[in-house]
Amino acid sequence: MQEKPQSAIIVEGLTKSFANVRAVDRLSFEVHTGEIFGLVGPDGAGKTTTLRMLAGIMPADEGTARVADVDVVHDPENAKRQLSYMPQRFGLYEDLTVNENIRFYADLFGVSRTEREDRSALLLQAAGMREFRLRLAGKLSGGMKQKLSLVCALIHRPKIILLDEPTTGVDPISRRDFWRILYELVSQGVTILASTAYLDEAERCHRVALLHQGRLFFCDTPKNLKARLGKSVLSITSSEPRRLRAELENVVGISSLVLTGDGLHVVVENGVSRIPEFEARLKGASIPFDTIQQVTPTIEDLFVHAVGSGAPSHA
Amino acid sequence: MSFTRFLAVARKEVVHIFRDSRGLIIVLIMPVVLVLLFGYGVNLDFKGLPVYVYDRDGSQQSQDLLKRFQASEYFDVVRVVNDYPALTRSLDDGHAKMGIVIPWDFSQRLGDRRPVQIQALVDGTDDNTANVLIGYAQAVVQGYSSDVQLEWLRNRGQLLRPALLSVETRTWYNEDLESSAFIVPGVLALVMSVIGAFLTSLTIAREWERGTMEQLISTPVTPLEIMLGKLAPYFAIGMFDVIVCALIAIYWFQVPFRGSFPTLLFTSAMFLVVVLSLGFYVSVIAKSQLTASQISLIITFLPAFLLSGFLFPIEQMPVVLQWITPLVPARYYVSILKKIFLKGTPTALLYPDLVPLALFALVVALLATASFHKRLG
Amino acid sequence: MPEDNNSVVIENLVKRFGDFVAVDRISLAVRKGEVFGFLGPNGAGKSTTIRMLCGLLKPTSGRARVAGYDVARDPELVRQNIGYMSQKFSLYNDLTVVENIRLFAGLYSVPANVLKERIEWALEMSSLKGREHLITATLPGGWKQRLALGCAVLHQPPVIFLDEPTSGVDPISRRQFWDLIHHMAEEDVTVFVTTHYMEEAEYCNRLAMISRGAVAALGAPSELKQKSMKGELLLVECEPLGQAVEILQSAPDVIDAGVFGRALHLVVRDATAAIPQVKKYLSDHGVTVGLIEKIHPSLEDVFVSLTSAADTGKEWKA
Repeated sequence: MQEKPQSAIIVEGLTKSFANVRAVDRLSFEVHTGEIFGLVGPDGAGKTTTLRMLAGIMPADEGTARVADVDVVHDPENAKRQLSYMPQRFGLYEDLTVNENIRFYADLFGVSRTEREDRSALLLQAAGMREFRLRLAGKLSGGMKQKLSLVCALIHRPKIILLDEPTTGVDPISRRDFWRILYELVSQGVTILASTAYLDEAERCHRVALLHQGRLFFCDTPKNLKARLGKSVLSITSSEPRRLRAELENVVGISSLVLTGDGLHVVVENGVSRIPEFEARLKGASIPFDTIQQVTPTIEDLFVHAVGSGAPSHA
Repeated sequence: MSFTRFLAVARKEVVHIFRDSRGLIIVLIMPVVLVLLFGYGVNLDFKGLPVYVYDRDGSQQSQDLLKRFQASEYFDVVRVVNDYPALTRSLDDGHAKMGIVIPWDFSQRLGDRRPVQIQALVDGTDDNTANVLIGYAQAVVQGYSSDVQLEWLRNRGQLLRPALLSVETRTWYNEDLESSAFIVPGVLALVMSVIGAFLTSLTIAREWERGTMEQLISTPVTPLEIMLGKLAPYFAIGMFDVIVCALIAIYWFQVPFRGSFPTLLFTSAMFLVVVLSLGFYVSVIAKSQLTASQISLIITFLPAFLLSGFLFPIEQMPVVLQWITPLVPARYYVSILKKIFLKGTPTALLYPDLVPLALFALVVALLATASFHKRLG
Repeated sequence: MPEDNNSVVIENLVKRFGDFVAVDRISLAVRKGEVFGFLGPNGAGKSTTIRMLCGLLKPTSGRARVAGYDVARDPELVRQNIGYMSQKFSLYNDLTVVENIRLFAGLYSVPANVLKERIEWALEMSSLKGREHLITATLPGGWKQRLALGCAVLHQPPVIFLDEPTSGVDPISRRQFWDLIHHMAEEDVTVFVTTHYMEEAEYCNRLAMISRGAVAALGAPSELKQKSMKGELLLVECEPLGQAVEILQSAPDVIDAGVFGRALHLVVRDATAAIPQVKKYLSDHGVTVGLIEKIHPSLEDVFVSLTSAADTGKEWKA
């Protein structure tokens, strides 16, 4: 892990406009071989457009992108042999069975029969859906469909996998299976680029790039990104979060207050050292509270901090 | 071009067709229904049309005339009424297709050898039927008129001589003038338009709509493999339906089949290429199943129905429409079908229709191939 | 809690479709002015429940009262007293902002004498004043969201239902939206949120976690994280990860182990006791252990822990 990492995907100055909106704006980043790289941002940040360009199904306006040493912008068809792309919408045929879907994609990639059988047995086992081989894809639950999509995308042993919001709307158990398969792949040297609108999911990635309005904000490990916040987050649970917020609103050193359902997140410098002060203050105002404790900042905290709390951003 | 990938796409398409009961109905049952529908339902022959009569004369002569109407297989004198309003009512409520009014001085005028006019009231809501009725009625009256004259001459002691000239009409190719023989071969063109253009127009659009296309184009499959793979099953089905329809036409409707069966298959295959490619092209550009199906019906089914000469002879169309018909591929196919079935025209003599059809097949197939790209946006 | 303090009361609600039990004896009460979350994956029975609560679907058995009206007996009255907002389907994209507001005012029969005032209010509340003639389609996601909310509450219903209200919106807009929701709750409006996003669930005062048509857990988010989790969560940084996971599957004190980014998440019975044991177990098997610490479980961890026992190897009902 310490040697200079090789890059499976190299993106430089990638740009794409629709009508007069710059969906992707001079984007540059590198994804190292054998890592899970997260493309994180809200809807309209340019994630899907970026993935489509990297998958070779949408021409770029400007910039270059190399995927597995193939220039996708100029030679998309060759790149397609190396990679696997899983679009956001379920890309499977609902009137085909699990087996038929797998066979279809295996044939398109020229996977031999024996290899297909070995590999699909393994993948279906990992996905926990061996007993559903003869079921129509349309009759599977959302989580199962998503796992089947992944199985189909992996059947030809791609070196690079592009996933567009792979676990949106998936139940937590299936989501866990899904990530388990991804980690297993990565341990075999596969490179994964996944997009997500959910910052909690970003924390599962090795490195993340935060996208906002088509531009790259940061690109680093989740841990380093959190360290970058330079502040700590205190969580105060209380049955009256709104009174709590009113009380703390004008306290010095607090950079933001975020209301949660049953408390408040306080973004503040030197968090732990200020806990006694806050406790005293709340007791003085007789505002009920349970605990005040330091919590790890989320990437969302970072995002909000970075984008600033100005006018609502344009999607 | 990889055969495995072509086969993968084709196999998947077959599953789509056979797992969708609606698709199966269209593919297997609709052709039979269409042939039967047109074979039985669209009857251009008129027989036993109901006629009401208002005989104001009531003489022997007027009865003779009416007997002639009754004797004709085209008319059925249903009722004799006693006033004019009853006659108009019968036309209004549709009980009669034609009303005949015999004037009160019919026999008197005949006796005086003065011209006499019979009034025929015809339901003109269907102008085709009306025209035919008028023609038949005139023929009946003419026949009566000449007999009356002959008899008058005979009564005068004139020698009865056969007419100097007469026209003897013989209808070739469809001797009995059965409209089913005329129509049923043309149904093949309709069936192919539905199978070929309508069904295929859905296949690409469906993939766009369901979002499967995005995944499909990210694989190494080539546009040609997608196109051929998707069209091959419909081609097979189309050929199967041609054979079924032809057999029904020949053995059920007793339509004469005088040409060669291989020629029928060969030209049908060519027409299939045209409609399949058209359907594919429409599907590629429409991107939604609803739009695709509407466009394909408008550009293939309707012209095949209205402008191909299948039901309505091209020579009888308004001039403007006649100019359009060379652009309707079904026109050539219908023409070939009629020639093969009814005339038995040798294949070599079909070239005036074959050449344009082949040209269409080539152009549309190229258009379809060029239209599809593995790109979004 | 006395009955009249509850805006939504559900008692043994059941909905069957043929053999399939979509909603299985759900009972719960939502207090007036509460932001209540109904959390579960797609297909867990959320939308079936919401449809019954909105009077669109008749329950098979059990009963539910919304804003004081029985959903089976008075579906019309229920519908007049609720607002419904779903991010995806609420607004007409080809209408302008104010046309959308007027349309919904008409649909909810807002009286003419307060119409002007309500339109003003909706524009104010969605911060769209001065932009009332923009075409809705051109609005950024966060603005649309607020407009949709404004439209859903034009008739000042005592109860509002929100279906994944902030999915896919950028975090800043999301926070602003939830501020608005909490503000409305302060004015005694009851807010019933359905979502499968744990991030949205965090904004709710109380949550019901739904799994296979039944309530798996009920409580405030912090409460659920502290009490409902079967065991405690450890974060372990070690090398090599893949090998460590396999080794830990057979470790005595570990209930569950999984890779999470560059580290492992372990579920153990007692974190304090397990830390030295896990450390030793891993080193004995040749794994280099870095940081190892107790972490707070997320709502998702809780959900998985609550439902996985029953579901392992079985299908999640769609």
